[in-house]
Amino acid sequence: MTVQQLKDHLSLTALTLPDGEREIRGVYVGDLLSWVMGRARADDVWLTIMSNLNIVAVATLADVSCIILCEGMTLEESVRSIAEAKGVNILTTEAPAYETAKRLSEFGL
Amino acid sequence: MNEAVRFHFVVDGEDFTSAGQASVQVKKNLRRLGIPPEIIRKISIAMYEGEINMVIHADGGEADVLVYEDRIVMILTDRGPGIADVEKAMQEGFSTAPDNVRTLGFGAGMGLPNMKRYTDDMKIESVVGEGTTITMTVLLA
Repeated sequence: MTVQQLKDHLSLTALTLPDGEREIRGVYVGDLLSWVMGRARADDVWLTIMSNLNIVAVATLADVSCIILCEGMTLEESVRSIAEAKGVNILTTEAPAYETAKRLSEFGL
Repeated sequence: MNEAVRFHFVVDGEDFTSAGQASVQVKKNLRRLGIPPEIIRKISIAMYEGEINMVIHADGGEADVLVYEDRIVMILTDRGPGIADVEKAMQEGFSTAPDNVRTLGFGAGMGLPNMKRYTDDMKIESVVGEGTTITMTVLLA
């Protein structure tokens, strides 16, 4: 499944979507950035409530397919534009991480 | 041994939010050299953790990345406070990071363990009051 398809299936809001054709292979949930870098795998969807600029670097370096900001978290415009420029997909949802993860599992992730 | 390709970076200690610039640049440079993606991922994560540590604890520092035919070596040097107990610092969950760093999602005590996890060899040379040099090697096998 691609990030674009995931967005459509789960009715997520795209804050940035520079690479909607990126394939998704798994899911990781976490807010401690070093923990995420240590444990998330390449091409995972990353569920978090963190929204500061460092998530853009973490997503780039850990090579995740997209970030889903849960609980209605959103981005400052300065962060959003950097994420867009660096090719990092960031989506947002009102649902908590657990609910979001349950829905992802319905799609075989 | 052929001469290494060398990249040198100055890590700015002032700006926490811009930490990662060196790692992202290394990632780009290695991709251009045709290094396999999984190796690049390991190196850029280890490098980023090192960069974050230098910003949090040492007011910045310098990083050198040397690309040899069979391995990549990262050398991170700072003139920070040094690490009093390296063994303790290597334990997952042990951290001396201040609270403002924790609210950004760092300071979980995973930095050094991640650097070790993602590299084939890691050496820490640290003198309290003088600074720290960390040398990490990733094999290109």
